[in-house]
Amino acid sequence: MNAHVDHLVTMANDIAHFFAVESDRVKAADSVAQHLRQFWDPRMRRRILAHLTAGGAGLEPLAAAGVRRLAELDHVTAA
Amino acid sequence: MLSIVEIDYGTPAPRTVEQVSLQIDGMSVRVPSGTSVLRAAALAGINIPKLCATDMLDAFGSCRLCLVEIAGRKGYPASCTTPVEDGMQVTTQSKKLADLRRGVMELYISDHPLDCLTCPANGHCELQDMAGVVGLREVRYGYDGANHVYPEMKIEKPGQGSPVRDSGDPGRSHGHTANPLFAGRDESNPYFTFDPSKCIVCSRCVRACEEVQGTFALTIQGRGFESKVAASQDQSFLDSECVSCGACVQACPTATLSEKSLIAHGQAEHSVVTTCAYCGVGCSFRAEMQGEQIVRMVPNKDGHANHGHSCVKGRFAIGYATHPERITKPMLRAKISDPWRIVSWDEAIAHVASEFRRLQATYGRDSIGGITSSRCSNEETYLVQKLVRAAFGNNNTDTCARVCHSPTGYGLKSTLGESAGTQDFDSIESTDVMLVIGANPTDAHPVFASAMKRRLRAGARLIVVDPRRIDLVRSTHVQADYHLKLRPGTNVAVLNTLAHVIVSEGLVDEAFVAARCEKDAFEQWRAFVADPRHSPEAMQAETGVPAALVRGAARLYASGGNGAIYYGLGVTEHSQGSTAVMAIANLAMATGNIGREGVGVNPLRGQNNVQGSCDMGSFPHEFPGYRHVGDDAVRAQFERAWGVPLLAEPGLRIPNMFEAALDGEFKGLYIEGEDIVQSDPNTRHVTAALSAMECVVVQDLFLCETAKYAHVFLPGSSFLEKDGTFTNAERRISPVRKVMQPPGGHADWEITQLIANAMGYPMHYRHPSEIMDEIAALTPTFAGVSFARIDRLGSIQWPCNEQHPEGTPVMHVDTFVRGKGRFLRTEYVPTSERVNGKHPLLLTTGRILSQYNVGAQTRRTANSTWHAEDVLEIHPHDAEERGIVDGDWVGVESRAGDTVLHARVSERMQPGVVYTTFHFPESGANVITTENSDWATNCPEYKVTAVQVTRVTQPSEWQQRHETFSKRQRALVDDDAYIQPG
Repeated sequence: MNAHVDHLVTMANDIAHFFAVESDRVKAADSVAQHLRQFWDPRMRRRILAHLTAGGAGLEPLAAAGVRRLAELDHVTAA
Repeated sequence: MLSIVEIDYGTPAPRTVEQVSLQIDGMSVRVPSGTSVLRAAALAGINIPKLCATDMLDAFGSCRLCLVEIAGRKGYPASCTTPVEDGMQVTTQSKKLADLRRGVMELYISDHPLDCLTCPANGHCELQDMAGVVGLREVRYGYDGANHVYPEMKIEKPGQGSPVRDSGDPGRSHGHTANPLFAGRDESNPYFTFDPSKCIVCSRCVRACEEVQGTFALTIQGRGFESKVAASQDQSFLDSECVSCGACVQACPTATLSEKSLIAHGQAEHSVVTTCAYCGVGCSFRAEMQGEQIVRMVPNKDGHANHGHSCVKGRFAIGYATHPERITKPMLRAKISDPWRIVSWDEAIAHVASEFRRLQATYGRDSIGGITSSRCSNEETYLVQKLVRAAFGNNNTDTCARVCHSPTGYGLKSTLGESAGTQDFDSIESTDVMLVIGANPTDAHPVFASAMKRRLRAGARLIVVDPRRIDLVRSTHVQADYHLKLRPGTNVAVLNTLAHVIVSEGLVDEAFVAARCEKDAFEQWRAFVADPRHSPEAMQAETGVPAALVRGAARLYASGGNGAIYYGLGVTEHSQGSTAVMAIANLAMATGNIGREGVGVNPLRGQNNVQGSCDMGSFPHEFPGYRHVGDDAVRAQFERAWGVPLLAEPGLRIPNMFEAALDGEFKGLYIEGEDIVQSDPNTRHVTAALSAMECVVVQDLFLCETAKYAHVFLPGSSFLEKDGTFTNAERRISPVRKVMQPPGGHADWEITQLIANAMGYPMHYRHPSEIMDEIAALTPTFAGVSFARIDRLGSIQWPCNEQHPEGTPVMHVDTFVRGKGRFLRTEYVPTSERVNGKHPLLLTTGRILSQYNVGAQTRRTANSTWHAEDVLEIHPHDAEERGIVDGDWVGVESRAGDTVLHARVSERMQPGVVYTTFHFPESGANVITTENSDWATNCPEYKVTAVQVTRVTQPSEWQQRHETFSKRQRALVDDDAYIQPG
């Protein structure tokens, strides 16, 4: 586990807060995932995926759903 | 004194289309209606004598030199105040006119010193010119009697007539008395002198201060022969309200107001048009030169952004380029505790290349990156991102727009389809209502602020949304209709309440929305903001803004005519910066205030090339022209042009680079012109990240804060020493032109090219124009841009392409760039940075007129006369509660760190909010700011930090360590590395 994953968790939660206005949870999670895919370096994506795999402590539900959706979309693997 | 090369047509050009025909001295002349006879004559090459008239100012008609004869009219009307009429027959030269003009000049000269040969204006003095033009051969009145010229007068003795002037020689003062009309020279301003003895009271300076600058610091005091120019209440210029913009100096027809540099050097012999390197207004200047010596900077009347105006920074604060602290030799060191070793360029570049390749071989391809400053030119930023993508082989490129306007890019692209402001600056002349949010134009964008104030004096209405009472809220002849004094961090909440009123009170421009915007998205947004929880009444406890003010402001913006929104870093530098930008775009679309003159969404960019650095593909996720690296077709285009495969994945942003460095994954950084240690938040975090890297390369003018953590120093070039372009806040691409050689030997683009070649990636540009040609070939919005076209047109606003070969002043005219405008729902999410018992105040940061950004340039000029240190502004209530009085040392502590500043007790603040600037490194303003950032872009939340303020007696521990560290770092630089006196 990386010492700075907490910061990534905060960032993912912040992203989820913006998309939370979408009542369709599938769409909202997809938007979170698309944002992560478009703007996060693959290393950051791998790290947040790994964090989710390890239990995802601190990730709020929509952020966690977004990261799960990212895992489906993304070709990077958790590290 | 006017520019040495510009023609002065006497009065401004009218804004009319209808043409009028007349005869001047028998010559047929056709000009727009509303043109003065003086201007019409000048356009026809007939120069009517004038003194009080200049085309920067409205006609005044006081000097009586420009008198003419007009067939069928009595008398001798002043041609400056007489508009042309169809069929008018004007005579500009006759015996009578010559006699009248000579008489006028005789009176002027009778109260003016005759020291022409030693006068700074000699050669370009309008009074001297007019004396010659009218053929003045004698001054019958002599120089006796009352005058403003000589400090002493002979005492009048009964029966001996008028007093006789004295030579002024103190040794001959016997029998003389002080001249009550004489006033000595005012040298208080560091950049110009005021010598009243040379003044002809033409009022050009007073009118320039009013009409051009809008400060009203100058006045004509007294009546008749006692009339004189006075600053404020007859104070020195420095002590007065004067903001040192220099408009009066430029307007002065004599040497009464003269630049000290002109007095020191004499008249310039050539002039070069270039663009200011300070704020996002991007003023055009004429650098008036003697060889490679700048005599003075004169704002260019043909400048499309500034129309001949400037501020104290652009006109005067250029001395940094030759400041003794300028480093001009490449330097290396293995550790930051080692002395710097001066090396050759070859050795420095070879070292950079080998270190970067070593790091990549050891830690991976993605272990290095490069960042630029918005002070770099378009060509330089383009080249650095190309170096990173093509030579480094990754996308770890970023620019300092990350920490200022990255939310603008994201927010406007998401809603309108383009990452840029919608208007040109001149659009404001058609604006009826200005909504200024999170911007302080009089300090940060002073030349545009003058245009705003001009329009406000003409009747436009003003809404200010800002936690502080900025100067625009109330200044001479300007008063905001509404000041929504919100709590820091509640922009989105306030914008939602404005939208709520517009929707719930039927103020939506339904026809515009139906024709131009996505229907479903609009309906979702309408329902969202209509929710009672977004009403001003429901939110006023959170925002601190009374509901009635919000309702009034919303009604005014939506129904007051052309509504234009201007915003700045007070919008973007928040955890919801991008959301606020979207909310602003929503407001403009909902009210139909977009797509024509006078309206729009206008980000006021902090630095000169923020827009350009973003346009040039500096962000890690997109190529030039805002196209994502994951777009296969776009990437293939760049791969073909650059001859290497490119990554489809976004790279690290600046704050991500810091995190990766602390994780041990990011080891090398090439930094061109940016001082991240001073400008980025949470200083200790930044310095820890730099300390974790193995090769930090800083290309700069000075040993900046970041360079103190560097292993390689490459001497950069100032904007005066290279060719290129800057793109200002209105998408205007303007020329930057070399007026002197770079003392380090290379322009910045050349240094980047050397590194690329040394790393095995060939770059062979011979001139920045070739870089722009490549940008144009690869970027659709720049397709028509070239140095030749910029030189021909003066400047170009992108998009510039086949459809818009001369550029695009107003965007989204018939359709949005993305097709239909997209409303986005903007839920207010309070920042996690909240006040509590330990940190009960909110700190917000900003800028001041005389200083610029990290101060690297302005601190090394006399601008520090006005602002020698950063201070903490605090409301009297908060100060009293803490026993703080003006000038006390106060400790400012946040959860990130603490620093000590002098207190300035000010009612500009609201209780509970304190404010400081970040222009001086020793202030440690960013020691306090936190790692919080915008959710979409990681733009730091500079504007909201919870702090406690207490009286203290000494600098903070960080400041003491910083002072020791900085002193040691300066001692590690060999004296030979600094610029040598020329």
